[in-house]
Amino acid sequence: MTRFLLRRLMWFAITLWVVVTVSFFLMRAVRGGPFDNDRALHESIERNIKARYHLDWHPFKQYLHYIGPLNLDEQGPEFLGGDGTRPFGGVLTGDFGPSFKYRDFTVNDIIGQSLPISVSLGVIALLWALALGLTVGIASALWRGTRIDVGLRLVATAGIAVPNFTIAGFLVIGFVFVLPLFPVAGYGTWRHLVLPGFALGGPFAAYIARLTRTGMLEVLSQDYIRTAHAKGLPPRTVLLRHAIKGGVLPVVSYLGPATAGILTGSLVIERIFAIPGTGSHFVNSALNRDYTLAMGVTILYTVLVYSLNTAVDFAYTLLDPRIDLEES
Amino acid sequence: MTRSPAARWAPRLAAGALLAGLLAGALSMAGGARLERADFTFNNGTEVTTLDPATVSGVPEGRIIRALFEGLCIKHPSTLEPLPGAAERWSLSEDRTVYTFHLREDGRWNNGDALTAHDFVFSWERFLNPLTAAEYAYQLWYVEGAREYTHLIDDFAYQPDWDQNLWVEERGESIVRVGCSGYLLAAADGGDLVAPTVGPGDVHAAGGTVARLGGRPLHLSLAGRVRAVNAALPGEVSALARDAYGEGWLLELEVAPGALAEALGRGDVVAGAAFRAERAFDERVGIRALDEHTLEVRLASPTPYFLQLVAFYPLFPVNRRNLTEARERWPGTWELRWMRPENIVTNGPYTVEFRRVNDRIRLVKNPAYWDADRVALGTIDALAIDHLGTSINLYLTGEVDWIDRPITSIIPRLLPREDFNPAPYLGSYFYRVNVDRPPFDDLRVRKALALTIDRRAITTSITKAGEEPAWAFVPPGLPGYRKVELTSEAARGFAAGAEDAADGFARDVERARALMAEAGFGPGGAELPTIEIHYNTDETHKDVAEVIADGWKKRLGLNVKLLNQEWKVYLDTQKTRTFDVSRSAWIGDYADPNTFLDMFVTGGENNRTGWGNLEYDELIAAAALEADPTRRMEHFAEAEAILMDELPILPIYFYVTRNLVNPRLGGFHPNVVDEHFPKHWYWMDDAELAARRAVQPAEWVEVPARGPAEGLYPPTTREGRGR
Amino acid sequence: MERSGWDLGRDDVEHLLHEAAAMRGESLWQDALRRLRRNRAAWSSLLFLALVAAVSLFAPALPLPSPVTLDLQLEPQPPVAPWSVWGSHGFEPDYWDLTAVDGLLVKARLAVFGDWQTGHWLGTDGKGRDILSRIVWGSRTSILVALAATLCSLLIGVTYGALSGLLGGRVDNLMMRVVDVLYSIPFIFLVIFLITLVNEYRTELEDRFGIDREVVFFIVIGAVYWLTMARVVRGQVLSLRNTEFVDAARVIGASTARILFVHLVPNVLSIVIVYLTLTIPAVMLFEAFLTFLGLGIEPPKVSWGLLAVDGSEMVNPVRIYWWLVVFPAAAMASTLLALNVLGDGLRDALDPKLRGKD
Repeated sequence: MTRFLLRRLMWFAITLWVVVTVSFFLMRAVRGGPFDNDRALHESIERNIKARYHLDWHPFKQYLHYIGPLNLDEQGPEFLGGDGTRPFGGVLTGDFGPSFKYRDFTVNDIIGQSLPISVSLGVIALLWALALGLTVGIASALWRGTRIDVGLRLVATAGIAVPNFTIAGFLVIGFVFVLPLFPVAGYGTWRHLVLPGFALGGPFAAYIARLTRTGMLEVLSQDYIRTAHAKGLPPRTVLLRHAIKGGVLPVVSYLGPATAGILTGSLVIERIFAIPGTGSHFVNSALNRDYTLAMGVTILYTVLVYSLNTAVDFAYTLLDPRIDLEES
Repeated sequence: MTRSPAARWAPRLAAGALLAGLLAGALSMAGGARLERADFTFNNGTEVTTLDPATVSGVPEGRIIRALFEGLCIKHPSTLEPLPGAAERWSLSEDRTVYTFHLREDGRWNNGDALTAHDFVFSWERFLNPLTAAEYAYQLWYVEGAREYTHLIDDFAYQPDWDQNLWVEERGESIVRVGCSGYLLAAADGGDLVAPTVGPGDVHAAGGTVARLGGRPLHLSLAGRVRAVNAALPGEVSALARDAYGEGWLLELEVAPGALAEALGRGDVVAGAAFRAERAFDERVGIRALDEHTLEVRLASPTPYFLQLVAFYPLFPVNRRNLTEARERWPGTWELRWMRPENIVTNGPYTVEFRRVNDRIRLVKNPAYWDADRVALGTIDALAIDHLGTSINLYLTGEVDWIDRPITSIIPRLLPREDFNPAPYLGSYFYRVNVDRPPFDDLRVRKALALTIDRRAITTSITKAGEEPAWAFVPPGLPGYRKVELTSEAARGFAAGAEDAADGFARDVERARALMAEAGFGPGGAELPTIEIHYNTDETHKDVAEVIADGWKKRLGLNVKLLNQEWKVYLDTQKTRTFDVSRSAWIGDYADPNTFLDMFVTGGENNRTGWGNLEYDELIAAAALEADPTRRMEHFAEAEAILMDELPILPIYFYVTRNLVNPRLGGFHPNVVDEHFPKHWYWMDDAELAARRAVQPAEWVEVPARGPAEGLYPPTTREGRGR
Repeated sequence: MERSGWDLGRDDVEHLLHEAAAMRGESLWQDALRRLRRNRAAWSSLLFLALVAAVSLFAPALPLPSPVTLDLQLEPQPPVAPWSVWGSHGFEPDYWDLTAVDGLLVKARLAVFGDWQTGHWLGTDGKGRDILSRIVWGSRTSILVALAATLCSLLIGVTYGALSGLLGGRVDNLMMRVVDVLYSIPFIFLVIFLITLVNEYRTELEDRFGIDREVVFFIVIGAVYWLTMARVVRGQVLSLRNTEFVDAARVIGASTARILFVHLVPNVLSIVIVYLTLTIPAVMLFEAFLTFLGLGIEPPKVSWGLLAVDGSEMVNPVRIYWWLVVFPAAAMASTLLALNVLGDGLRDALDPKLRGKD
């Protein structure tokens, strides 16, 4: 167990390093810079602004400075020519640097402000998606082929096939303008999170429902379920104690990346409901060429995906005795 | 296998508790951030780059900065005439080049500091200093010596090697003084970071280090014995950073006779006298504090719009104490901190209470503001919502009182409403043509392209809000400036009426076909060229490009493709001029033709067409020097005539403003630069609202006016201003 | 000689072999097809999808108004029922950049229908373009995107995931870490990078290799969408690799490739199909998202996703141009629904555990 986690941790460090390195140089290879504007800057002014953010350095030096832990600028350690006032810096010291676009904030500030908001919305969406998805999926599998099944599947498909921005639009018309139950957008009270939570969780619920149904059907045809039935266990016990465990396996493996996605927010839902979460930063930082912020959210996402995937692999061993953790 | 009930239920209980905890946590997190609704809320459209007035150049930033800071003058909310701001009066010399501003005695920063002329000298030096990297620095280059100041220290500071950053002057036979400028010290974040590495009596070897400046070693190629380090204050190391002038840091060396002349000849060191004279802000730049409350500004030439610039937000002052304290407390990261709500110091009607990225800036009334008694609204929220649908929904539910960009598709439905009144806006929408690329190097091709744009179709069916078709570059509405259009029948017809315009356009198309044939394209000539229209991602840009492409294709038989690029790539394409025809727009910074026309001088940064014309350049230069307003405008008109004759750009339409404003809001007036001033805003009570509605055109559709029925007026006057 | 019950006579052996041959006679696919045909819902879904594909493929030959010709007007026009306006004359072929095949199809259309075109049965957009025509033409992009993602998912994702799960141990770990890395790299930068790269050399690429922006776009989408599939398949294979039938195959010396494709892949097919039916809608929306950012297809080309994005702008309380939202969404939803039903049918049909049972 400990060995498993240790090994995972080592791989995590390597993965993160590769992601950071590739992303860092990829960003700088992309055309356009953070300070390009429709009003062209005077040459000297542009040079100065680049110098302030060290964009005039060789990319490799920028990279070393960004990673840390040694600070390579004027305040760096004395043996590197700095004055020693701030010898350490960079990602390794937990400092993600200043945002290039929102110049009154550090990347740490921005993530610190927006992540809790995305997480609060994400938790609501996730709980709602799980509750609905699992119920519908199991019901659909149990009553396979009946009208209930067909109806539930129809709804689930609609949840996936109709874009969530379209659903969000009609939700707003329905529950804000026709029935004034919820505020139209913004962030502040729990009521602000109902519609976005619903819209964000909807497609996930539909996914989960479909995966659950498939997983359950798979399991219900297995020998051990037949054995359980043959043993004379009540159907409810068979379902709850045996079938669900195996049936939700595909859901579990889907949940890793899905949770990472849902917790870091969704650009579309956050834009439509004006939620100041992290979701919009994933796209906007790239469009703004806000290198540091883009790196920050990339690292955040990597950490989340990796830890959640590890949790998923761990959950697998709990749910499916055939998988050996040490081996994987 | 049997388990105790407790053991069986424990995991489920734990799971249940975890879920409940998550849910409660999520909900409480949302509830904890609750803010009371502000007196007034508007959608600023995007998150602002920074609140530092000197370093930004965007419209959303301007809206916030105008609430936080105040310049020497401010603009009249509708006519834009200069009104007293930090200065209560000003005078202009006979030759129109020297402004004397008299600051009000009761001007205060909200940290208690008095607002003085020195604050402006400090802020404007900072603004011009390239180390500040002010995007708009060129707006102050009309001041004597300002442009040189920005350039010279910049050249100096960015010499490839730091050796050049020492200046050297000879005093007597073999005594040499070595110094380092105050501006360089500023470059190293604060003046106290110079650390000499030599002391009196040391022998300095050629090329050795004499000091560290902000951590970087300063080498000196002169060899010699160190006589004294800052002889004025020997032994006091902390004071070594100041020379006798308070300008920099000094070292005296005894060198071999003639060594300095040799080094100067080699270019190893910079001659001190010249350096010092050229770089001293006080001596060279025409900005001077005559006393605490008098500021003198000498202009290089008469600049009729200078007061407009003074009222333009980049020229607003910042608090010196705030900045220097921040520098001391957080070296290296002070720029991230000094504008935070807990640190910011403002002199305008508002200050910042709360700020959350991508959400809102909560402005709260500044009690220290000199005119606070006439500021009505206590709190203002500026939202950063970029989704147009959300923005209009918030407006329609009354959660937001002002938005500036409704969705284009519903504009026909908004036009009859009383809260939607598009007004002329000082902006021009046009296409740049890359005149270096064949076939666009042929004037006839450019003319043909310009003539076959159906501008009326674009303004009526695409933009819809009453934009004016443009056959010129400078928008209408500038006092004293006449319209200079390209020769087009459609333009002539447009003035006469819709039918004439359609006829005129048909004749234009005929002429365009003839021009293309003349240029050797079409039947019997060369194969018709393929044109790529380059634009950045946006619904309107796409629509306009589609209409224009459709027109060129059908009317001239060209093969037209659209090239859509994401914003930053689009900018890079324009900068590197790798386009055929590229969608562009320009919004005037101030109400004068110069803000439009000076961008197309040969080699200008914003020219980006490859076009240049000496006569044009001369006219723009002559206009800058011209004192007579009529002749000055004539120079501009002649310049625009050249532009419209040679067509490096294809004008398309002039913008209008698109504000949707709560009808109850008073003190909000349309103006050509679409700038609005929170200082004047107030809520009308029902009586005043009814009175206003009584005089508005009868066909306007009334909409619900949300907000306090009893109004919200400034403390001193119950009567609203601007009525 | 007395025959014991355990002795097999010649006849018996022959009989058994004959029986076995009869059982083998039906391949996995034939069996699946047979069972699929019996599933009415799935079969009609298949026919519906075939119809959609045909309409999309032969779009230029249909008597629809041009999807690109502008007819500027103030507001989008609401639908006109076919029985009130059946059609009109005045069609002019002005599609941009048609391929040779499409050019032929347009010629065929002109030969058959002349300049006759259908009325605006589903209304028009703000620039007077027929919505029905745009939906039909938009299906081409959306279907291509879906196909690209499906192919990548199947070819790369399934092979990669199955191999990783089967090989296990260090190799599995390494392969999954590669997926992790690709997962985390900000794809927008990747998209911008590739697309600007293509833009720079666009004439050369188009002339020499026939690669244009759209192809790159498909490649990018495929590159993003095989990752989830790989993870899922690998998870399934991990749980299958310790089962008896794999052990059995290994014991009798089957090669890794054989185990992979003959034994494992059919067993994970059901989950693969479910994931595909979930991936395709996501891909179509992803395409809309990239196009929305200016990184996708160029106008005048359309796609369902783009129509949905454009239409969603029209949902506001001032005026709802419902036909701009409902019809594109309905086209997308009905196709995806059919895809799902077919997916479920296929899942049941292909499931080896259900073979021979009905």
